Amino acid sequence: MITREEFRSIAGNGIWKQNTSIAQILGLCPLLAVTTNAVNGIMLSLATILVMALSNVAVASLRNFIPHEIRIPVFILIVAALVTVVDLLFNANLHELYLVLGIFIPLIVTNCIVLARVEAFAAKNPPLQSTLDGVFMGVGMLWTLALLGGMRELLGSGTLFGGIDMVFPSLQPIQLLPESYPGFLLALLPPGAFILLGCMIAWKNWMDARAAERAKLKPPAPVAAAGCH
Amino acid sequence: MSAAKEFTAPGMAVRTAGILFIFVIVFTGLLSAAYLWTKPAIEASAAEEKMKLVNEVLPHTEYDNDLLTDTVTLPVTPELGLADPSTLYRARKAGQPVALVFESTAPDGYAGKIRLIVAVRANGEVAGVRVTQHKETPGLGDYVEVKKDKNKARPWITQFTGLSLAQVSDREWKVKKDGGRFDYYAGATVTPRAVTKAVLKAVQWADAHRERLFAEGVAQ
Repeated sequence: MITREEFRSIAGNGIWKQNTSIAQILGLCPLLAVTTNAVNGIMLSLATILVMALSNVAVASLRNFIPHEIRIPVFILIVAALVTVVDLLFNANLHELYLVLGIFIPLIVTNCIVLARVEAFAAKNPPLQSTLDGVFMGVGMLWTLALLGGMRELLGSGTLFGGIDMVFPSLQPIQLLPESYPGFLLALLPPGAFILLGCMIAWKNWMDARAAERAKLKPPAPVAAAGCH
Repeated sequence: MSAAKEFTAPGMAVRTAGILFIFVIVFTGLLSAAYLWTKPAIEASAAEEKMKLVNEVLPHTEYDNDLLTDTVTLPVTPELGLADPSTLYRARKAGQPVALVFESTAPDGYAGKIRLIVAVRANGEVAGVRVTQHKETPGLGDYVEVKKDKNKARPWITQFTGLSLAQVSDREWKVKKDGGRFDYYAGATVTPRAVTKAVLKAVQWADAHRERLFAEGVAQ
């Protein structure tokens, strides 16, 4: 079973404190390649959530049988096998969805987030907690990639949710800037992704620093306040 | 637990190797099982995908044979930019040649190769062209792909439809910037130029080889 505190700490870690993209800075390769629009970012994250939950639960259940010395090759084996099985099952049974998510699933194999969470969390924790960790790490990735993709798309071509019609044929992308917007190529190319990701990391650090400052200020300690300036 | 401590160093190594071996067997087995179990469904949907693509370049009503079986395997064909053998489909109606459907590659896209599927009618007319694979810049050169083209009513790639070398000479078969007759969007010329050239080559190639291709492997 899981306590409330445990749940909150796992969720908080995944979504903000240990956010894969803006705190751990992991998995940059698929991140750069995919976030040319918000829809792609969201789709990659959804596929990652599925794979991370599965690999975390598999490793957590088998963790007592895996000798410490060979844990890394075994983890790689488990993750690679699971990703491939998910890829095959999607292709065979959910072909429509596969056409949308399919190109992202092989990208996940190259994503070190999966192995990192397996090694850092699932290898030491029970299956339920590990599954939640996988899901929330993925949710953290989801909002960061959606935001990054959305920003790149808006700056680069003036639209939002381009390509949504490939997922939901009834929906149309939103044209936020006028049609005459000339586009800003840099935002769509990898350097643009690095620059915007840098801005997001700076924003997170600034938020954290501000929160820390506030926490410090709350109980007014007279001595510290006097020596502040 | 206590049993593990009794192992000597080599014994430990053998035990670890044994465990790794078991994991490899189990997960490779899982992988093989999943592969074999999903194979028929995946092949069926791949064939369906192919037909969908063929239907986009050549309307289903124009032919009555089974395209997926009436094929010729093309060897490496430099004229079409094909570096690997590929499959050519022959469309017939009541036994008469209707069109050839084949792959072609533009080697000189802005970001590498642009793969196309082209259907050329027996009279030399382009029945349709679609881009199947490319790495052109998103939002700039990728309008050669119908899905990415903002002009939904008349996507860029459809302007080749219905044209043949009899109507448009090879000197005119260029984008407007190069003195030809085909439109392009400002900002990305390399991509449409590469596609236009590849379509021209495909039409020329089809004209040169049509009779041989339709006759090949047919008993009567």
